[in-house]
Amino acid sequence: MKKFIIFFFFLTTLFSNSTISFSAEKAAEPMSPGWSFKGFFGTFDRASLQRGYQVYTEVCASCHSMKHLSYRNLSQPGGPEFSEEQVKIIASQFEVRDGPNDDGEMFDRPARPSDNFVSPYANDKEATAANGGAYPPDMSVLVKARKGGADYIYSLLLGYEEPPEGISLDDGVYYNKYMAGNKIKMSNPLSEGIVEYADGTNATEEQMARDVTTFLSWAAEPHLEERHKIGFRAIIYLIIITILVYFSMKKIWSRVESEV
Amino acid sequence: MSDHEYTPSSKFGKWFNDRLPLLTLGKHLTDYPTPKNLNYWWTFGGILTFCLITQIVTGLILAMHYVAHADLAFGSVEHIMRNVNYGWLIRYVHANGASMFFLAVYIHIFRSLYYGSYKSPREIIWILGMIIYILMMAAAFMGYVLPWGQMSFWGATVITNLFSAIPLVGESIVTWLWGGYSVDNPTLTRFFSLHYLIPFLILGLVVLHIWALHVPGNNNPIGIDLKKPSKDTVPFHPYIVIKDLFALLIFLIVFAFFVFYSPNILGHADNYIEANPMVTPAHIVPEWYLLPFYAILRSVPDKLLGVIAMFGALFILVILPWLDTSKTRSAVFRPLYKQFYWFLVADVLILGYVGAMPAEGIYLLVARVATAYYFAHFLIILPILSKKEKVLDVPLSITEPVLGGSVSASVVRERKDKL
Repeated sequence: MKKFIIFFFFLTTLFSNSTISFSAEKAAEPMSPGWSFKGFFGTFDRASLQRGYQVYTEVCASCHSMKHLSYRNLSQPGGPEFSEEQVKIIASQFEVRDGPNDDGEMFDRPARPSDNFVSPYANDKEATAANGGAYPPDMSVLVKARKGGADYIYSLLLGYEEPPEGISLDDGVYYNKYMAGNKIKMSNPLSEGIVEYADGTNATEEQMARDVTTFLSWAAEPHLEERHKIGFRAIIYLIIITILVYFSMKKIWSRVESEV
Repeated sequence: MSDHEYTPSSKFGKWFNDRLPLLTLGKHLTDYPTPKNLNYWWTFGGILTFCLITQIVTGLILAMHYVAHADLAFGSVEHIMRNVNYGWLIRYVHANGASMFFLAVYIHIFRSLYYGSYKSPREIIWILGMIIYILMMAAAFMGYVLPWGQMSFWGATVITNLFSAIPLVGESIVTWLWGGYSVDNPTLTRFFSLHYLIPFLILGLVVLHIWALHVPGNNNPIGIDLKKPSKDTVPFHPYIVIKDLFALLIFLIVFAFFVFYSPNILGHADNYIEANPMVTPAHIVPEWYLLPFYAILRSVPDKLLGVIAMFGALFILVILPWLDTSKTRSAVFRPLYKQFYWFLVADVLILGYVGAMPAEGIYLLVARVATAYYFAHFLIILPILSKKEKVLDVPLSITEPVLGGSVSASVVRERKDKL
């Protein structure tokens, strides 16, 4: 029995490390600033999510789409939890193409909470062309689409540096020590005070990087809080029922001369 | 099979059972005499049945919301994750369920290897099991393609391209598989169709697998034939049912940790990037459970020979009962076989590790040595061992070693010394 558990544990830890990936150019190990949403009881910092949305919409959203989210998500439990009134106002600031109407014509109207986030460009080609040939990736699941997740995004945002001696950069290419190959086509998006936080928090680069990464982590995993909560209950339940079944098993097997 | 006639107590039961003997079958399943010394390695059959049913049920629900179209598949998965009620839970159970399924099946297979469960008279059970295993790999591979992420697309491209190694008709076969000149929408829709079909084929084969098992009955840790029913056996219900349930619950706790606390750890980050035929990922890595075979494939410099080696590695398992002809089943009484068994386990783990690494330098060298050893184990070591190995004395019944406290070689040896 004990051997069995040890072996099982060994196997699961082994496999959990088996998807090892690596990059050709040396990128620095990402920083781990510590996130409130990690761990068994991890939840998002509500205020940070709201500030993060502000950074996203005022800075990132001018190039990056987030097409899998709807405005209504912003008021859902476990997210930034803006009030429904706030979400209506947020949505109404965007224009969406709708139609055809009864005359067969397409028309523009202000977005409603049920609409998906409006993308900054009409299509990927336009986005690529407008950004010097580099497609700004959709941010809906960006945190899950990068090895290192939130740590990596946070580090990347703070990883802009002057290139070391001997490295020459083309126009529109920047040096970032956390990027694979160290070359990135996105210019440093954050500078102190680029956003004026509605809640009065001091908008330092670290603060903005932290807030927007928190927001992106929520966007990629909007049911994370619910998952942690249900998971904890499910595992407690399983442990209790396992103990009960264990004693039932002992009782039943006591009738025969054998080990379980 | 249990032979005594079963008569239902109720009149309706009797009427029904005379026409369709389902109640007789139920009686057979509950009474089924099972060796009483089965250890926890034997609980994985039940666990695997649970895994299959979980995959089918969660898959059914996912298929209600998933859209098999190259332009819409990725978005529909996000729709499931965000908008479908508990869609995130169902998808994470399905995705991690595949990994748990393979974890269980590998333990099940290696248990069979250790205790010689593939030997006469259980060859058909073993072969059915191998067909199930191969179908599982096909189903898992196609399932991984469905979210239409970067790894889906490029994994599908790499694996389907293997068939181009076939001389003369290879290219035509690949075009036929793709339904076009590259992996595209027709590939996705047919993979979805087949991904839906295969689990039901597996289900049918599982029924045959269990049916074939119930003819000779279970093997057991000391690998002897038993008289059934006897002092050495217990009825399946409640003894084995409760034990399987206990093991399943432990398994579920591990399962739940993955689903709720690290649902993406077994996947690859690149699969959250929508498929893009114009951008190749830096490293195309298959899912962990295919890595040993991927390592074998890449360790051979010639493409055709690599593909042959990879499929050969599977086929060699199918004919295993005729490669290992030793009459003694359990490794408990085969001291040399036991050593080589653990070498094989280490070899497969090493193959899995190098399969995840780039095929260059030291990794390639290790992969080649490990591949050679894999084949040597089955083609050279086992046939020689079958002839030369001096096996220990096998007890005549289970009760004998059980009285000594444990079923281990040392106990049997001690008892022999005393005699």
